[in-house]
Amino acid sequence: MLDKNGIAKRIAKEVKDGMYVNLGIGIPTLVANYIPEGVNVVLQSENGILGMGPFPFEGEQDADLINAGKQTVTLLPGSSIFSSAVSFGMIRAQRVHLTILGAMEVSENGDIANWKIPGKMVKGMGGAMDLVASAKNIIVAMQHVNKAGESKLLSKCDLPLTGIKCVKKIVTELAVLDILPQGGFRLLERAPGVSVEQIKNATAGKLLIEGEIPEMQL
Amino acid sequence: MINKVVKNVDAALEGITDNMTLLVGGFGLCGIPENCIAGLVKKGVKGLTCISNNAGVDDFGLGLLLQTKQIKKMVSSYVGENAEFERQMLSGELEVELIPQGTLATRCLMAGLGIPFFPTPAGVGTEVAIGKEVKSITYNGETKDYLIEKAFEADFSIVKAWKGDTAGNLIFRSTARNFNEPMAMAGKITIAEVEELVEVGNLNPDHIHVPGIYVNRIFKGEQYEKRIEQITVRKRG
Repeated sequence: MLDKNGIAKRIAKEVKDGMYVNLGIGIPTLVANYIPEGVNVVLQSENGILGMGPFPFEGEQDADLINAGKQTVTLLPGSSIFSSAVSFGMIRAQRVHLTILGAMEVSENGDIANWKIPGKMVKGMGGAMDLVASAKNIIVAMQHVNKAGESKLLSKCDLPLTGIKCVKKIVTELAVLDILPQGGFRLLERAPGVSVEQIKNATAGKLLIEGEIPEMQL
Repeated sequence: MINKVVKNVDAALEGITDNMTLLVGGFGLCGIPENCIAGLVKKGVKGLTCISNNAGVDDFGLGLLLQTKQIKKMVSSYVGENAEFERQMLSGELEVELIPQGTLATRCLMAGLGIPFFPTPAGVGTEVAIGKEVKSITYNGETKDYLIEKAFEADFSIVKAWKGDTAGNLIFRSTARNFNEPMAMAGKITIAEVEELVEVGNLNPDHIHVPGIYVNRIFKGEQYEKRIEQITVRKRG
């Protein structure tokens, strides 16, 4: 079974040289720590950065330079700054190759719910609806089951949707799965020490298992 | 050159009355028009509809106008950081409309470009689509559904820039550009507060982010706290 860093490490393998990538808050942010040497990617932050760098050194933080999570960050050489309108323009125009974000639920046809729980304080969707509606490739980083032990990979989402038919791949603490165009979660890899049986039991939606399922290489 | 300079924040906010709709720039606390917000608190106008990506924190940013109950409605994409906001929303005192961040930014930009509505895929199939026209459009060989969204029609835009000149030309600094740029273009009347106000001729025309034609009033903010919402740093070595 993977911890948060393990999930991030596995997702980092999906990040290819030359990609522009948007990382959501939470586990996706950790992905940046595991991008291999020699893979050149540009991180987009939807408040208006291409080429986002690490946190600043203590005392060098700049109130005018934050990321979409409102944390102080730095800029790498070759970075650029633009308005929120242009930022979402490049997302809508599919110039950003890969979006990695968290989810509360994903359905077997690729619907995603990650912004609202009825009865709880609703904070808002931020840029998530724009990102999932336009990104060509969306990878979801999430826990396979919720705190009550219920599957978050469903035949149909119960929570209010963020976007429809958009998720391409999911990495959880148990497995890597992709979503088939005709619907269904296809099991691609098992997390170290996790059996196919465990994944079956944790997946409520339609799960497709073809042949031997390899263990993840991290 | 037409001179857009007003002498202070009170002069800048002239004409803002109860129940008006204001676009307020910034992302989180980054690049917010601190002096105008303080000026609105002092002015005491009520029943405001504020369109702003966020709602500030309890004791800073738009949170100050929430404390004084001057805001009737917020239109935002994310409002997570404010307990007073939450209290007013749950008690029904405050009306809240949540819209996708890109839609919010584009509704500003389109107002500045004179385009009354536009299609966007954000929110298709979600509760954001309720009551909106959905159109199937083929573009670049791909057919998909789009929501038809409207450009904002706000009475005033209130933005903050780094530098400006007396003709109203604006330059932003770093990510404080965010919503300030499209919002500066969107208001029927745009008020810009700046950290540094210079005479015409001192800004390179090639470096202007918002041309002065969009800006009706400009003034130098008296002081800037520039509070940071989340300081995240790494250790040296």
